[in-house]
Amino acid sequence: MQAVMYILKYLVFPGFVFSAAVGLLTTWVDRKVTARVQYRVGPPWYQPFADTVKLFGKEVIVPAGARWTGFLLMPVVGLAAATLASTILWLVNLNPATSFVGDTIVTLYIMTIPAIALIIGGSASGNPLGALGASREMKLLFAYELPLVIAVLTTIVKVGSFSFEKILVYQEYNGAMLGSVSGVIAFIVAILCAQAKLGFVPFDIAEAETEIAGGTHIEYSGAPLAIVRLNTAIMYLVMPLFIITMFWGGVTFVGWRILTSILKYVAIVVIMVLIKNTNPRVRIDHAVRFFWGPMFALSAVAMILAALGY
Amino acid sequence: MSLSLKALKKSPWVFHVNTGACNNCDIEILDCLTPRFDVERFGVVLVGSIRHADVLLISGPLTQNCLPRLRRVYDAAPKPIKVVAFGACGCRCGIFRDAYNTVGPIDKYIPVDAYIPGCPPKPETIISGIVKVLNTL
Repeated sequence: MQAVMYILKYLVFPGFVFSAAVGLLTTWVDRKVTARVQYRVGPPWYQPFADTVKLFGKEVIVPAGARWTGFLLMPVVGLAAATLASTILWLVNLNPATSFVGDTIVTLYIMTIPAIALIIGGSASGNPLGALGASREMKLLFAYELPLVIAVLTTIVKVGSFSFEKILVYQEYNGAMLGSVSGVIAFIVAILCAQAKLGFVPFDIAEAETEIAGGTHIEYSGAPLAIVRLNTAIMYLVMPLFIITMFWGGVTFVGWRILTSILKYVAIVVIMVLIKNTNPRVRIDHAVRFFWGPMFALSAVAMILAALGY
Repeated sequence: MSLSLKALKKSPWVFHVNTGACNNCDIEILDCLTPRFDVERFGVVLVGSIRHADVLLISGPLTQNCLPRLRRVYDAAPKPIKVVAFGACGCRCGIFRDAYNTVGPIDKYIPVDAYIPGCPPKPETIISGIVKVLNTL
């Protein structure tokens, strides 16, 4: 029985079906806000769903030079990992008792798998631009993981525990991490790292539609492309949720706090969309220097402040 | 009509190929994405890779060097794909009809579903053409 419940949780709520629906709605918010920033009207709310359904009906092409195992399997692996991260985060937020020791670290690990899947998929596509995108994605992964982990460590040092439960309970009694100096600094670093993790401008170097024609996505068509896009949509749900859990007291579906939870989520999404819309794409060496220089320094300062109790 | 075809009508992704056009048509295509016309309202997006496309928008009179490339692009497209010949040159080679390096028009080599005439076509004409080609699905 227990196993069936877990599988249901993974596949339906709060796992795949729920995460995909909310993630796709989030990509709509992204496109709509982008359109309003540019004085356009923007697509209707069902646009991401129409895109996904359409892609599942299209022809699937495996290029002659591609290795089909890596090319077709990797989107599925990435989707499974993104769904797992989403399931863990939702379960912990809805019922902190489901937390286990070190689940922050597990989640951090799982959240890198979609990027690694894209790297392997892009390299397996047999397209030079795909390989270029994959190599850039890899460099970007090395660049943003360091400050992101240290930003997360800030909260862990402050709370003194590796489990989401302790972090949520601590923030319940002592106020959100955002109320402290170290929390604010780590929050800013985490938002910028999320920007790179989701492949948004200014760090969309690996996908760069106008420069390398989609990079790692270039050879995907039909159903695999739909899965890659679902993957991004779910990560779009996971990253803000992770940041809220770590720095802003988590989300809950109980009573009036459901409203503040949704507001927190939408606020973080809108911040990310605004960063996306007001910046040009940077070069990969700029991105690496940015993350290993100023961002690393900022997050290190945040961690030292947290250790000193600020 | 199947569900995925219905969805295709709501989200046609366009890939644009220039086969030797003078760039005027290409500027008009970008006009459709500006606030005044905003074709993203109807789900139309310009994509960077032919593998993502549902509509192949071809401008230009088709020069000798472009012909093999155009054939490859058409073969690389995931079906179902709709082909739209764009501008006076795309439809009937325009003023380049008698040029030594023009081998067009496009519909001599690949099946074309719609023609959007004009030099260059107005954005209104482009939107009307896209609607008509989607109605042939």
